Amino acid sequence: MTKIKSFEELKETINQQIKLRNENDKTVLTVSAGTCGRARGSLKVIESLNKIIKEKKLEGKIQVKNTGCHGFCEAEPNIIIHPQNIFYQHVQPEDAESIITETALNNKIIDKLLYSDPVTGQTMPKESDISFYAKQERIVMGDNALIDPTDINDYFAIRGYNSLGTVLKSMNPEDVIETIIASGIRGRGGAGFPTGLKWKFARNAKGDIKYIICNADEGDPGAYMDRSLMEGNPHRVLEGMIIGAYAIGATEGYIYVRMEYPLALKNITIALEQARKLGLLGDAILGSEFNFDIHVFKGAGSFVSGEETSLMASIEGRRAQPRQRPPFPAQSGLWGKPTNINNVETWGNIPIIIEKGSDWFAGIGTESSKGTKIFSLVGKINNTGLVEVPMGITLREIIYDIGGGIPGDKEFKAVQTGGPSGGCIPEEKLDLPVDYESLSEAGSIMGSGGMIVMDEDTCMVDVARYFLQFTKEESCGKCVPCRIGTRQMVEILNRITRGEGKENDIKKLEELAKTIKSGSLCGLGQTSPNPVLTTLRYFRKEYEDHIYNKSCKALVCKDLICYYIEPDKCVGCLLCKKSCPVDAIIGKRKEVHVIDHKLCIKCGACFDVCPPKVRAVSKYTGEKKEKILKKTSAGSVDTGRVDK
Amino acid sequence: MQKILAEFENSQKELIHVLHCVQAKFGYIPPEAISEISRHLKITESEIYGILTFYAAFSLEPRGKHRVTVCMGTACHVRGGPKVLEEFERRLGIEAGHTTRDKQFTLETVACLGCCAIGPVVVVDDDYHAEATIRKVEPILEKYKKEKKNDQD
Ligand SMILES: Cc1cc2nc3c(=O)[nH]c(=O)nc-3n(C[C@H](O)[C@H](O)[C@H](O)COP(=O)(O)O)c2cc1C
Ligand code: SF4
Ligand code: SF4
Ligand code: FES
Ligand code: FES
Repeated sequence: MTKIKSFEELKETINQQIKLRNENDKTVLTVSAGTCGRARGSLKVIESLNKIIKEKKLEGKIQVKNTGCHGFCEAEPNIIIHPQNIFYQHVQPEDAESIITETALNNKIIDKLLYSDPVTGQTMPKESDISFYAKQERIVMGDNALIDPTDINDYFAIRGYNSLGTVLKSMNPEDVIETIIASGIRGRGGAGFPTGLKWKFARNAKGDIKYIICNADEGDPGAYMDRSLMEGNPHRVLEGMIIGAYAIGATEGYIYVRMEYPLALKNITIALEQARKLGLLGDAILGSEFNFDIHVFKGAGSFVSGEETSLMASIEGRRAQPRQRPPFPAQSGLWGKPTNINNVETWGNIPIIIEKGSDWFAGIGTESSKGTKIFSLVGKINNTGLVEVPMGITLREIIYDIGGGIPGDKEFKAVQTGGPSGGCIPEEKLDLPVDYESLSEAGSIMGSGGMIVMDEDTCMVDVARYFLQFTKEESCGKCVPCRIGTRQMVEILNRITRGEGKENDIKKLEELAKTIKSGSLCGLGQTSPNPVLTTLRYFRKEYEDHIYNKSCKALVCKDLICYYIEPDKCVGCLLCKKSCPVDAIIGKRKEVHVIDHKLCIKCGACFDVCPPKVRAVSKYTGEKKEKILKKTSAGSVDTGRVDK
Repeated sequence: MQKILAEFENSQKELIHVLHCVQAKFGYIPPEAISEISRHLKITESEIYGILTFYAAFSLEPRGKHRVTVCMGTACHVRGGPKVLEEFERRLGIEAGHTTRDKQFTLETVACLGCCAIGPVVVVDDDYHAEATIRKVEPILEKYKKEKKNDQD
């Protein structure tokens, strides 16, 4: 690789790669191989595809491309066959042969690999027909499926680095900032601050050295769009950062990647090396007078390090503890120098805004929230995956039209957005348009994009407890209300889920929430009560049920439920008995089995293993539970019917 | 140790990188390493302790041969992650955050591995196990115990 020394040379490289791509008459099999695809075996699929291509000497006709996530996790491992655009899901290594001989060579579709709609049952050969993709607008994510993230030429072939070229050749830093301001883009990392404005502050700040940072700490459990972008299209993030550095006048940049993302770290590092070799980073970028380079920083397993001031402390080699703002990073950031920090997805949008123009971008979304947002749609949902949607779409559209609704015949209960800082949104609010303002009105936040769907089997008190437990552990300990307050809230919530809730516990939770919100320094503390406040707002009855009736309707809270084998259903197959870790099940082959409640640790193994056709194991709570316990403890090994 | 340190400048900003390298090499941060780091980076030992204990990535005790990490993220939580963790705790006879006496397994938790769609997720060493259930726990452990036997053959 030789350095690209001018805008013209860059244009030439890009055109050449586009030409190569267009003239490629091979059939291309793109295999989704992000972390989640790999976990489901996509690398093995790639291996066997390549093996068969080699055996049959088809190298000149068929090419396998190892790409990042296509976003449709539910369908992993999946393959798209170009140019026909055929989409195969749940592909196994054994399918490789028929995919090559039947589909790639003879255009024959293999029905069993097609996606079938969870609602209609209809099969669909093309990716574009699948309802999961139909309502998405994948301007940031979409290219993941087209490129090998470890090959910069693939990025050139989708006009990659063209925006950087345009910026360096024909825009001065102020123009760039004006364009970003005009696009209306707001930060995708959580708080939603207007990006252009932030750049302007950093540009105007005085300082000999300025830094920019890409926040790739993605700590919100349940959100993984940043990982997917870094793994699948790292150059787009880098290009955004280089443009940002030029606009602000920064000479050095950092990408702070959480350590739990080894593949993202790897792909970003490869991309950096390639960009450096080609002169897209380093001194005199594209022959201009602009010098800039980027370091990768591997995080060390702390959630609060995602907060911007603590992230900088961490880069400086200190504890990741937030500090008071102002001064904001734009005035005094990394090592006291003016610093601009943005989230991965924010950076990933920048090249697109430059390429397509701010008007185009501002045409997508709502009055206050422009462009698209990537959400990770997970939990109790049929089509799990990363979805990129225009701002303003309703939650209902995301969950039912894109997500295909709730699996089984279960009922929707709530959707959680914004992670530990966010809240649970109930059914009656599903028609809310997704934008920064509406979500906060509902008591939640946009956050970084985690969207966890919960069904009737999810206990909202347990969810609140889960989040508070999380923030309690992750509190850096600097502020007393955050450190002690979250601990006290967890204690109360633990008590409630154990069935030891007291009369005024709800009131106490509300008071603690107030104190923590007002007395904490950083967003972690300030927003930590949100999961409790929203569940109290929308699901108060569940708290009351736990406290007053010792009842957990979702049958989750261990201390409030019991397992019970229905004598009229049990066929005596021994399965549950064998799987019980504490030998609490008594019974002989073909005889009704019984649980000894004194020994039962409520692990749920019997519930899971009892054959679906039999379903003899039930869970009970509240009064019914008490009745069962009474009855069975009276006759201990009573196999008789219990009057429920 | 000297070899590791030689790659870094004498400055605090290198601390986290150095600790990552030491942790990767020894599986923990040995006390001797701390004094050498202290001399090289010119930071006091107590400062280093304060910093390394802040981050979950570093441990002061050796970890087991296999690292079992169970995801406790939200998506895995609603799909039954806690039950899977409990089963590991029962089978290994240790609580999360600890190492078995025979130094074979260290059990840890993590808040989201970023593959929430296939949860509950369990990672052993570098292998991802998708859709974990209580029933899959034993076979997973057996697999790594077997590897141990094969190693000795
Ligand atoms: C506790 C806490 C954790 C955070 N974690 C992240 C994170 O993982 N990723 C991120 O981009 N921003 C995170 N933020 C927000 C950052 O502080 C900052 O606002 C953001 O990186 C700015 O980028 P943006 O304007 O592009 O959104 C976190 C904030 C808080 C208070
Ligand atoms: S609010 Fe909590 S996490 Fe944030 S600085 Fe204070 S103690 Fe630390
Ligand atoms: S698994 Fe179900 S059917 Fe089989 S013995 Fe247990 S309760 Fe009865
Ligand atoms: S497809 Fe990439 S995260 Fe699932
Ligand atoms: S919640 Fe377990 S991988 Fe994300």
